[in-house]
Amino acid sequence: MKSLKIPLIKNGTVIDHISAGNAVKVIYILQVTQSLESVVSVAMNVKGILGKKDILKIENRELARREVDKIALIAPKATINIIRDYKVIKKHRVKLPDEIIGIAVCPNPTCISNYKEPVESRFIVIDKEIPRIKCYYCERELEEIADKIIS
Amino acid sequence: MNFKGKDIISIRDFSKTEINFILKYAKKMIPYAKGEKTTDILHGKVLSSLFFEPSTRTRLSFESAMNRLNGKIIGFADPTATSQKKGESLADTIRMAEAYSDIIVMRHHLEGAARLAAEFSNVPVINAGDGAGRHPTQCFLDLFTILLEKKKIDGQNVILLGDLKYGRTVHSLAYALALYGAELTFVSPKNLQMPKEIVSECKELGANIQSTSKLDKAIRNADVLYVTRIQKERFPDAEEYNQVVGTYQINNELLNNVNENLIIMHPLPRVTEISPEVDQTDFAVYFKQAFNGVPIRMALLSLLTGETL
Ligand SMILES: [Zn+2]
Repeated sequence: MKSLKIPLIKNGTVIDHISAGNAVKVIYILQVTQSLESVVSVAMNVKGILGKKDILKIENRELARREVDKIALIAPKATINIIRDYKVIKKHRVKLPDEIIGIAVCPNPTCISNYKEPVESRFIVIDKEIPRIKCYYCERELEEIADKIIS
Repeated sequence: MNFKGKDIISIRDFSKTEINFILKYAKKMIPYAKGEKTTDILHGKVLSSLFFEPSTRTRLSFESAMNRLNGKIIGFADPTATSQKKGESLADTIRMAEAYSDIIVMRHHLEGAARLAAEFSNVPVINAGDGAGRHPTQCFLDLFTILLEKKKIDGQNVILLGDLKYGRTVHSLAYALALYGAELTFVSPKNLQMPKEIVSECKELGANIQSTSKLDKAIRNADVLYVTRIQKERFPDAEEYNQVVGTYQINNELLNNVNENLIIMHPLPRVTEISPEVDQTDFAVYFKQAFNGVPIRMALLSLLTGETL
């Protein structure tokens, strides 16, 4: 954790290696701002060994794997560090789940998911590495995923 | 193999083994579809036939299939008659239809509509076309026609001709033919070529693929010529459209130098793509193809309700 340019936190989650500029979208996807207890701090454009990155710190909340894995959509290289008493007790790289519910919007204007139906948008992950996803309903693949995030 | 309670949304949901099973079972339905034999396996069953978008041909084919099996049909053929016009969600219409029937057939103008309907229905949903999207029963009947006419699908030289870019039913067909190991030639005007992702999908399935805009050369070695309609709206001006349509006109002159066992297919309705003179030749199977929709749909209605011959 010494490499972090933002102050250490006592307990919580640090998300490192977010592609530069995407931290705000990650916050949106995680919806952490809705839980008022957490202090969230953001460092953007931090110079790392692999170029610029964003870092996100969420105090007093340990994000579960299934909660956080979906951020791989826009931050495929992100690592999750769970902090207890200033120590990293768990660390893992995000990995996309098989399906993404909500979060993004299907770009197809004639897709049923864009009409008033009692369903959330739903996407099948076809490639976890790149990443590539396609709409469960119309099967259209999403391009420029970051732009299709609901906000 | 048990299909009871399953949905038919996309041909991609089926393995080759499953498709084979369905095609084989559809063969058994032929004498019943022709009225040579009778059966009442679907006696007491009700089909909801929900056509949010009109399609007389597909609807009549399904209704004939249900009637031949002695089932009953409720539903609508005209979207203006539905409560969707009054703002009801598709999900609610489906919940209602589910309560009234044992199986649902639906056509809708929005892509993915059938997939959504299946989520809200405990009775099987058959997709009879969702907008520019999928039309799996058409794909089944196309495969069935090739199988009946040619005895096998693998190794056949199949030309897909026409609008290969926007016609998504032709994408599903290309996929299914590749799955069966057919050799594919895509013939289309430059602006309406088969999308790259479909071509690579077919290649991944091991199909040999050629693409060209020239029909006269490609047709010489073809076993199957599958013709689709080219819509005027796809072209910037009428002149360009007329030129393209002229090049792909199927007439007896074009058919002088072809394989004598060639079959010509078309999902119908045709406009000017195939001259009426071709109808009299042995090449023309498109009317048989239309009939084949009935045994295929009978087979699906039977398998999905679990009431089999
Ligand atoms: Zn969609």
